[in-house]
Amino acid sequence: MRLTLFNVVAAVIIAIAFAAVNAAYLVWAERRGAARIQRRPGPNINGPFGLLQPPLDGIKLMAKQLTIPGGADKVLFIAAPVLAMFPAIMSFVTIPFSENIVAKNMNVGVLMIFAFAALGSTSLLFAGWSSRNKYAMMASIRAVSQTVAYEIPMLITTITVVMIAGSMDLMEIVHQQSGSFLHWNIFPLLGKSHNILMPLSFLIFFTCTLAETNRSPFDLGEAESELVAGFHTEYGSMGFGLFFMAEYANIVIGSCMTTILFLGGWGCPFGLFPGVWWFILKLYLLIATFIWIRWTFPRTTIYGLLNLSWKILIPLSLFNLLLTAGLLKVF
Amino acid sequence: MSSPIELQSDETFILNVGPQHPATHGVLRVKMEMNGEYIVEAETVIGYIHRMHEKMGELKTYPQYLMNLSRMDYLGALGYSHGHVLVVEKAAGIEVPERAEYIRAIMVELNRVASHLFWFGAFVMDLGGFSPLMYALQDREHILDMLEAVTGSRLTYCYFRYGGLYNDVDDQFIESARKFIPRMRKSLKKYHTLVTGNIIFRKRLEGVAPLSKETCRKYGASSAVARGSGINFDVRKNEPYSVYPEFDFDVPVYHGCDSLARYNVRMDEIEQSLRIIEQGLDKLPGGPIMPKKKPKIIKPPVGDYYQAVETARGSFGVRLVSDGGKTPYRLKLRSPTYSNMHLFDESCRGMLISDALAFMGSLDLVIPEIDR
Amino acid sequence: MICEKTKLALQTLFPKAAPTASDVTIDTDAREKDKKKKIEPRQNGLVERDYAIHGYHLDAQVAAGQIIEAVTILDEAEFFIEAITGVDWIKDNQLEVVYDFCRYDFDLCRVVIRTRLDRNAAEVPTITDIYAGANWHERETHEFFGIKFLGHPNLIPLLLPEDADFHPLLKDFKA
Repeated sequence: MRLTLFNVVAAVIIAIAFAAVNAAYLVWAERRGAARIQRRPGPNINGPFGLLQPPLDGIKLMAKQLTIPGGADKVLFIAAPVLAMFPAIMSFVTIPFSENIVAKNMNVGVLMIFAFAALGSTSLLFAGWSSRNKYAMMASIRAVSQTVAYEIPMLITTITVVMIAGSMDLMEIVHQQSGSFLHWNIFPLLGKSHNILMPLSFLIFFTCTLAETNRSPFDLGEAESELVAGFHTEYGSMGFGLFFMAEYANIVIGSCMTTILFLGGWGCPFGLFPGVWWFILKLYLLIATFIWIRWTFPRTTIYGLLNLSWKILIPLSLFNLLLTAGLLKVF
Repeated sequence: MSSPIELQSDETFILNVGPQHPATHGVLRVKMEMNGEYIVEAETVIGYIHRMHEKMGELKTYPQYLMNLSRMDYLGALGYSHGHVLVVEKAAGIEVPERAEYIRAIMVELNRVASHLFWFGAFVMDLGGFSPLMYALQDREHILDMLEAVTGSRLTYCYFRYGGLYNDVDDQFIESARKFIPRMRKSLKKYHTLVTGNIIFRKRLEGVAPLSKETCRKYGASSAVARGSGINFDVRKNEPYSVYPEFDFDVPVYHGCDSLARYNVRMDEIEQSLRIIEQGLDKLPGGPIMPKKKPKIIKPPVGDYYQAVETARGSFGVRLVSDGGKTPYRLKLRSPTYSNMHLFDESCRGMLISDALAFMGSLDLVIPEIDR
Repeated sequence: MICEKTKLALQTLFPKAAPTASDVTIDTDAREKDKKKKIEPRQNGLVERDYAIHGYHLDAQVAAGQIIEAVTILDEAEFFIEAITGVDWIKDNQLEVVYDFCRYDFDLCRVVIRTRLDRNAAEVPTITDIYAGANWHERETHEFFGIKFLGHPNLIPLLLPEDADFHPLLKDFKA
């Protein structure tokens, strides 16, 4: 019992460190990536390749005063950024990076991550509402309706995978996909499912991750040309910093989930030397795709976004769920 | 797209867009009465950087006033200077050498391409795409470098003189302009693949913000705003001035009446401007750039004179009322964006805020030019 | 073509004084005119101008009450509004309101409608009911010259501060 408790505390600390370092250096990667796409140098002054930029930015943000706008709800205003970061960190606890590297494997791991992901949107609502700013309010309403809309197809797709694996345990889901990439849920030719529509499921899941993390082209919550800075318009200092970090932590979690559910976790594409490096490679390739999409596409409108979810993604994911169920019954 | 719900007055709220808002690109303020994401009523408030150029025109002598014109529109400044020098030359009866007219046309068209490039980048940025702005600015940089080498400034040029030009172009300019044209054509193709074909981009613009021909006429819209609504109106063709009749170019007209049509018009205009520059460089005659005979003090005879030119933003008109003195008696500057912006209040009713801001972007606003 | 038509239509506004040929010649010879000669305020009437010199074709000076009528004629002929502005003729103790119109098609015709008002009681009916786009132009003319546009829906300063009570384009304005 004591050992388990110690494990959990250590895991949480490692998770915080992992999330923070990832968030900080993803900002750097994003800025460098954007600069590469836009044919300019990007941050390159502080340290080699500008690698000191994130810690310096962090110091700058921490040294700033947190201004609370007049008439704002102080408690919620301060709680909101913390609430944004908290579920992101908690989710890391149950993510298996390899056979051995997992803080606390749970047999309801999938459920837990989605529960925490749903919690994340409340922080946006709190932030927007407590700021007493119309732009922030509109943005948070957008963000919440967006989260609600995209959680449904995301969950349905996940259920498809869970059905194939027969378990909600993330380890178990990865074990199911062991072997070459033809066993992975994205190309399920040799695996348990023979559903040829699984690539579609992967796309749906990936799109939903983009939307859930409020990333372009679905970044309506912080549509800066319309709503100034969205729900964090009034935030400065580390309040803004936490929102920023939470966004990147969420990207990491979303990419982790995509890797685990569809890309065979730490499995090698050719069935050789499975290990954490494969996981990391897949994870950062996905994140690079996130960055690439962000700097390429313009933004949708709120109705374009909701229509995509309710009229296209949900019917498609439901159809795929039924098809998978039928195929599982047949084979 | 109109709001489907009938509204009570207490169900709406006022959203104050601007004077400092990322989408207004300057100090423009729009007071919007909103029903959720829909605009019920909008009122544009302008005048935040009003500088009373017209009064300055009455107080300064003609040559002193030359540099004011380029302060009106910082993106397409040469077009405005062109209108002003043309009306004064017409009034004072100053002959302009042919070479000067050709160089003016080339410069104005280069400036127009630069202005449209900036607009393209800023417009896509309004829609949430960042990278095109950087690409557009890089291409614009070439133009600014060329203009800087000849005119001496990068943004607020004071290049045109009554009767001619301040500085002749050299071989280096002609060479770099010739090099620029194919490069720009290549970039244009790239922009079309990157942006014009993008499904999200098209979905956001197609059928959004319809402007009827009638609305354009009642408000006096010009430039791409009118041409995107199927009105074939370009001062360069309809009311030829300078050496424009010598050039073979088309006026792109789209009948979509939506934001996409306005976008397409401007993108096609870049190509047409390149054609004009190409022909101008080929036909560029030799000779002086200032007339031999020019009055020392410019004193146009009594009367009133009007000259319209097509700037990057539309039909810009100068009305000069002279009492025969050293300063104009009255100088009216008819700015095109003023009329184009005026449309916004009426047309954005019932639109989503994101569509309305895309619409505002498609109007190609330069605020100092509205406020004058 | 359209110029002829518009000219005929506008002439109906001036039943008694149809423009004589002398009007035209005098004005096109503006260059040779003696500059020292005192310029008399122009009488109402329609004048055809030399486009090459003045940049517009028709110049109609009407009474303030006839503005609506004149603008309606142009509206029916599908003219678009370019601008509205004013000129302060302080020596004649008059203010002039100038309306510029043009057409979108290739049948070029620029028409100027103008009206002279008493400087102390400058009032003219609004044309916002005919041309919605006149709204801002009239507001601008109002704040710069103090000309009242009767029936204008929202005659408050546009470019100047909202509490501005001065009219900077008047010739006797001192900052």
